Amino acid sequence: MSGWLSAILYILLAPVAGGLIAGIDRKLTARMQRRIGPPIFQPFYDLFKLIDKENVIVNLYQNLYLTGFLVFNIVAGTLFFAGGDLLLVIFALALSGIFLVLGAASATSPYSHIGAERELIQMMACEPMLLIAAMGLYLLPHSFQVRDILAVDKPLFLYLPGILFGLLYILTIKLRKSPFDLSTSHHAHQEIVKGITTEFSGPALAVVELAHWYETILILGMIYLFFAWNPWVAVPATIGLYLAEILVDNTNARLTWRWTVTSSWLIAAVAGAGNLIVLFYFLKAGF
Amino acid sequence: MERLVFLLIAVPLLGGILQAVMPGARARHGVIWFTCGLTILLAHAVLVMTLGEAPIRLNAGLALFERQGLLPAEIALIALIGFYGIRYRNPLAVVLAGLQALLLIGQQQAGHPEPLEQPLLLDGLAVMMVMIIGVVGGGIGIHAIGYMQEHREHHPEGPDRRASFFFVVFLFLSAMFGLVLADSLPLLLLFWEITTLCSFLLIGFERTPEAMKNAFKALNLNLIGGFGIGLAILHQSINHGTPTLSSIASGAAPAALLAAALIAIAGLAKSAQFPFSSWLLGAMVAPTPVSALLHSSTMVKAGVYVIIRCAPVFHLTPAGFILSLIGAITFLLTSTIAATQSNAKRVLAYSTIANLGLIVTCAGIGSHQAVWAAMLLIIFHAVAKALLFLSVGTVEHKLGSRDIEDMNGLIVCNPRLALAMLIGAAGMFLAPFGMLISKWAAIEALIQANPILPIIIAFGSAPTLFFWTKWMGKLLACRPQACPAIRVCSLSEQAALGLLAALTIGICAIFPMVSSHLIEPYLALHFSGEILISRGNLITMFIMLALIGLLPFSLVYRSRAERMVTPYLCGANLGDTGHFTGSADSVQPVYLKNYYLHSLLDEATLFRLGLIASGTLMLVMFAAVGW
Amino acid sequence: MSMFKRSPWMVHYDGASCNGCDIEVLACLTPRYDVERFGVINTGNPKHADVLLITGYINEQSQPVVRQIYQQMPDPKVVIAIGICATSGGIFSECYNTKGGVDSTIPVDVYVPGCAARPESIIDGVVKGLAVLETKRAAWRIERKKRNRVFRLPFFKPKASPP
Repeated sequence: MSGWLSAILYILLAPVAGGLIAGIDRKLTARMQRRIGPPIFQPFYDLFKLIDKENVIVNLYQNLYLTGFLVFNIVAGTLFFAGGDLLLVIFALALSGIFLVLGAASATSPYSHIGAERELIQMMACEPMLLIAAMGLYLLPHSFQVRDILAVDKPLFLYLPGILFGLLYILTIKLRKSPFDLSTSHHAHQEIVKGITTEFSGPALAVVELAHWYETILILGMIYLFFAWNPWVAVPATIGLYLAEILVDNTNARLTWRWTVTSSWLIAAVAGAGNLIVLFYFLKAGF
Repeated sequence: MERLVFLLIAVPLLGGILQAVMPGARARHGVIWFTCGLTILLAHAVLVMTLGEAPIRLNAGLALFERQGLLPAEIALIALIGFYGIRYRNPLAVVLAGLQALLLIGQQQAGHPEPLEQPLLLDGLAVMMVMIIGVVGGGIGIHAIGYMQEHREHHPEGPDRRASFFFVVFLFLSAMFGLVLADSLPLLLLFWEITTLCSFLLIGFERTPEAMKNAFKALNLNLIGGFGIGLAILHQSINHGTPTLSSIASGAAPAALLAAALIAIAGLAKSAQFPFSSWLLGAMVAPTPVSALLHSSTMVKAGVYVIIRCAPVFHLTPAGFILSLIGAITFLLTSTIAATQSNAKRVLAYSTIANLGLIVTCAGIGSHQAVWAAMLLIIFHAVAKALLFLSVGTVEHKLGSRDIEDMNGLIVCNPRLALAMLIGAAGMFLAPFGMLISKWAAIEALIQANPILPIIIAFGSAPTLFFWTKWMGKLLACRPQACPAIRVCSLSEQAALGLLAALTIGICAIFPMVSSHLIEPYLALHFSGEILISRGNLITMFIMLALIGLLPFSLVYRSRAERMVTPYLCGANLGDTGHFTGSADSVQPVYLKNYYLHSLLDEATLFRLGLIASGTLMLVMFAAVGW
Repeated sequence: MSMFKRSPWMVHYDGASCNGCDIEVLACLTPRYDVERFGVINTGNPKHADVLLITGYINEQSQPVVRQIYQQMPDPKVVIAIGICATSGGIFSECYNTKGGVDSTIPVDVYVPGCAARPESIIDGVVKGLAVLETKRAAWRIERKKRNRVFRLPFFKPKASPP
């Protein structure tokens, strides 16, 4: 029953928490650049303004896919917080990403098209590591169910240091942070205008923002899993790792897609897969 | 039951002969419609009759044939191959036919054991294959009527060989039914070689030099693979007496393992796994219904079918692990190569090889859940891939191109065709749809056995995501240029596409039943264990399926806040979606092309890598059999 | 409560100028002036923007571009002309190719004079623009109510919008 409760809490509270995190993120980024920065509630102001605006579209279908993007992001997160199957969570997350890509591809603008292609490449870069992480988490409880993984009474991050590192690497991509904000970025100009979100405006853009907030919470949940044996460690560790992501965001220039794919695949193959194989045989040998 | 199975094998053959002697085109088409429809019905009848029953051994007239007709048929087959080899100056084919003859003599010398009274075996796996061949094959046959009509209009030169085309297709269907029902290995080998020959004839249908070259490549590689079964028969007859698939599957490790490994070589060749992959790519010169029927949904499935039959032997053996590794490497490399291709048929071919690789991986592990995943993969892949191939074929006729880039905005120009293709693509990789269910089960099954295989699968699925999504994106783009004039699809093509599209979605909805009534009873006989997909997960999947189904309805209501404008082109649009002002006031069209990652991935290098890796592994596999 | 005041996103276009005003616009984003304090984001994309900042005068070539960018912005929106060239054509007003200030092409809500306009005055202009944005928002809500709800079938052929 507690699974359902936390799932409902996720649906209701994730936008609030996600928005606040985005606000704190922007504030911290500003402070790192020696600016004062916007108020912490700025993301909510932006969201409500966007909802109030006109929805400028290129064709009648593009916003259909955004609905899919939001809905399946929520499905993925709900499933995760309800204690469901981690593989299914990853697949639902991929499905939601595909909807975003299709929406941008439908809009036939060069900028959104390139954004869509880059988004796909980013997804391709993430996918192996996400699956390997799920497999790594599987090894101790012998289950892909999140509730079983949570029930493991061991510090998983000590068993899975390579996988945690690899996951953090690709979560930078998922969080759309530098050096991997190829397909779109939240602030400032980039060479492909706003990339994948170029053709979405007003309420449609608000949907994209909202979905990102849901996704952020889901990602934080994934990091939390690695420390879940003790909440007193897990919460600070998750916050600390997110702060580290912000630091990385502010200290790195954007990489090319080639670097993104090769580096994340390499890390998945070395740190992630290496960790998984070693752990598998250690457990098999009875350690 | 005996009669029903006999009809199942005989009806396509008779239909094929009948349509060939029919005088007019209309009568011929009538016969083809009728035969395909009847085949579909017969397959269903077999399914209904066997539901809930234990495996049945059957004669269906084939015992007599095995005793009397097998040797003449094999000699005729070898002679035919030799004849084609000489006529088209392909020495390798002649040599292989000669070797085939030697092997036959060897089998005779080894003392042909007494043929079985009941050489056919009808169990869950066979029924599943019969359904696939019957329904998908029948659908493809119907599609081919309209397709070949238009194909003829596009290529009016030369004699009209449509009658012989359909004859070979129906002969193939008969042989396929025989193949999946046969338990006796000599019988299976005969049907196996007939399908190889049919494939050769259909690839070479155009009789162009390129077509003949590719046809011989397919023939030779499959003949080499066929030796695997021939040697397995020889090995079995020397050691045990009755060369049957079921005796190998339930046999003791060292001897049965060698036979199973030999059969697996044949399976790898038939399923175009590395190092035999190249023939399937060449086979794409054949008319598209052929690619759909032989080279994606049925004939190549025969390869993984025999491997699945042998799966119990491979369970927990080093040889089985190496077989899985070959499949996994094939999966990884070919799905990566597919990401670099823009030719739709080549993408489909590579993706077919990749998915067969996944099936081989599961079968090589040979645990309960792995085989469950493999069998589901066969079903889902057969239906979705046939749908994709057929829609690509139809699109090719309509647009005059099989390049994915040219399918830009098909959803605007021909929504129904695009929808069929989208359903097929979704069925291949998207979350609540078929292939993903089985991929998920496969990962769960593999991680229990070994960490290396699921890691390779994880890397292999990422490019799959990439190339399917960018294809879907192309289809869904609301194209900036005007549509070319597109002709209406013929009734037969629409019927086939509609049937397969409905099946692709329908099977996702009823797969728990397919699993519990068809697959589970088969698995219970050969494996121990249970399926781990929980009820909660199933419900989640259905919710996701329902959500996707509901999504288009959100289009019905249009918000009042919407206003249509041109896409952003730095303000340089010329008032429409498709053009902008270039330098010196020139008018430039907007042209959007997908990424193909050529600067990162190279088809030839990856292919060579696959050949070397899998060739080595195959040798290691035989070393492991001895060990 | 309207959020437009708290989150004006802008897009900046340079019609044709000496780039002096452009530099000053960008200066507003620097830590010294930090307009993000007020929720301002330089989106670089008309479809995300509420405020169109135009520097420089309008000539033959930039006229259609400015029109399209304005047309692609979702309502409610505000146009701010930055610098004397954008206001009236400035020292270019006698040029052979000049169309005049920004108001020769699209309606302008706020004029920020100066050559070049100082960041302080630009920020002041944006703040004035926000008041205009509020009134426009009221007008937009009335307009939106007037528009008909449209029900349509999926996969209906989309119509191109008039340029």
